[in-house]
Amino acid sequence: MIGFKQKKKLEQEQKTQQATASVTGIVSGGEVRKKGYEIRVQKDLDELEPKWSDNLKTENVDLLNHFTLTLSPDEGIWKNHAHVFDISVPDEYPIKPPKVLCKTKVYHPNIDQEGHICLNILREDWKPVLNLNAIFTGLHFLFLEPNPSDPLDTEAANVYEKDYDKFKRIANNYMRGNYSKY
Amino acid sequence: MDTIDTSNLNRQFLFRDKDVGKSKSQTAADFVNDRVPGVEVTAHMCAIQEKDDAFYKSFNIVICGLDSVEARRWINSQLISLCERDESGEVDLSTMIPYIDGGTEGFKGQARVILPRMTSCYECTLDLLPPQVTYPMCTLASTPRLPEHCIEYVLEKTWSETSNKEDIGDDEKVDGDNPVHIKWIFAKASERANQFGIRGVTYRLTQGVVKHIIPAIASTNAIIASACTNEALKLATLCSSSMDDYMLYNGNEGIYTYTYRNEKRAACPVCGTPPPVQMTISPDTTVEQYRESLAEDPRFLFKNASLRMAGKTIYLPNVKMIEEATRPNLAKKMSELVPDGAELIVTDHRAYKGIAISVKISYKKE
Repeated sequence: MIGFKQKKKLEQEQKTQQATASVTGIVSGGEVRKKGYEIRVQKDLDELEPKWSDNLKTENVDLLNHFTLTLSPDEGIWKNHAHVFDISVPDEYPIKPPKVLCKTKVYHPNIDQEGHICLNILREDWKPVLNLNAIFTGLHFLFLEPNPSDPLDTEAANVYEKDYDKFKRIANNYMRGNYSKY
Repeated sequence: MDTIDTSNLNRQFLFRDKDVGKSKSQTAADFVNDRVPGVEVTAHMCAIQEKDDAFYKSFNIVICGLDSVEARRWINSQLISLCERDESGEVDLSTMIPYIDGGTEGFKGQARVILPRMTSCYECTLDLLPPQVTYPMCTLASTPRLPEHCIEYVLEKTWSETSNKEDIGDDEKVDGDNPVHIKWIFAKASERANQFGIRGVTYRLTQGVVKHIIPAIASTNAIIASACTNEALKLATLCSSSMDDYMLYNGNEGIYTYTYRNEKRAACPVCGTPPPVQMTISPDTTVEQYRESLAEDPRFLFKNASLRMAGKTIYLPNVKMIEEATRPNLAKKMSELVPDGAELIVTDHRAYKGIAISVKISYKKE
């Protein structure tokens, strides 16, 4: 006899598998050796807009589960400054979202000093229909419209709201490699 | 993009003489906005493929009056890819956008309603389409039987091989709207027809073959258009159940119409869960040749395919860095990269949005 909890867990796993299959279009004939994320990443890359696909790199073109994106915002405080993002795609993608870190040190209400990013679609609002295009557009949007009302770096958010000029000064200093906050 | 031609005016009633040369979509939108108070029509002058997901998501119903199989396949797979399933696999109705499609050819027409993931989709019934009229080159060259064969031969061969064409530059491409071109092709095709004892090459037929003219008749168009708007009204107001799911109309001899349900195809590459497609190729085929064959294979028509297999990228054109890294593979033989019996994953965003096709490759010496 399998216990109730075990059964529940099995059911959950089956459901996840079915959901993965329906999203990626893989037939679960038992013979699938490829990892779940692969087909979906291929499709995502195929659909990528030129402004992202021209600036995306990977150290392993065969695995396609780890990328760096160089994003230079086209407007706003961080205009034309190259920001490098590290994107890791989990095997469960697109059921689970990719992990994204900002490798360039940046003074931003929604990005902390370790490069963690607070973007809704990377966590709570992630849905399997979203894709790399949506994530990259979301990251770009953070630079165009920082969101100080839902901050990750509370200090930066405070300065952004109370003393915008000071915020701009510090952010500019960061881009020149000066990480003092005065 | 599509602009108004004099020859449209006999059946496209929103257009007048003064509109010739203007954008069809803009002129039609302006006309309806002027005529019908409270209605707001926005025209877009671009290919349907240029619009993104957000654009299509903003509609409740999509009615298509498209003129090609390619465009219908694209919008079909686009609307189906927008339709989500919840965790238990049920269709999320809030993401389902009904797709109404109509089309006519002469006195015949059809209309259908596609409820993404619920009813059969356009791709499910793709094999019911009549074969595309293309003639094998060998028939055109050595055994022509139809007047069309003679005209096609002139189009495909004589045109590019003849220099010093009267009043036509050597580099000029065939222009179906240029009477000098049509006259020249007509004359050459007539010569060829005489040589083979074929009758029936006329100026009108020449024009029809060159321009791929499909006869359009205002009354047929009106019948199909009203069937489509009827369905839109029913879906929008729920005042009646909608068409289930395909209506054909034939006005050739009297009036005949019949409505029936197309079954969903379990192996449909767009809305079903397809088994792998089997392909047998020569072990000497290069990756580049294989990609070209995908562009011609009627099951795919993938003009810019990405090729991957489990844990290996063969060629991926869309991302600059990956394209550069995998470009050397194009000259390699498929059999060096893909083992016999291996499963290849093929995608082409332009042809098939959001769909990956799995192809099982086996090799056979020719």
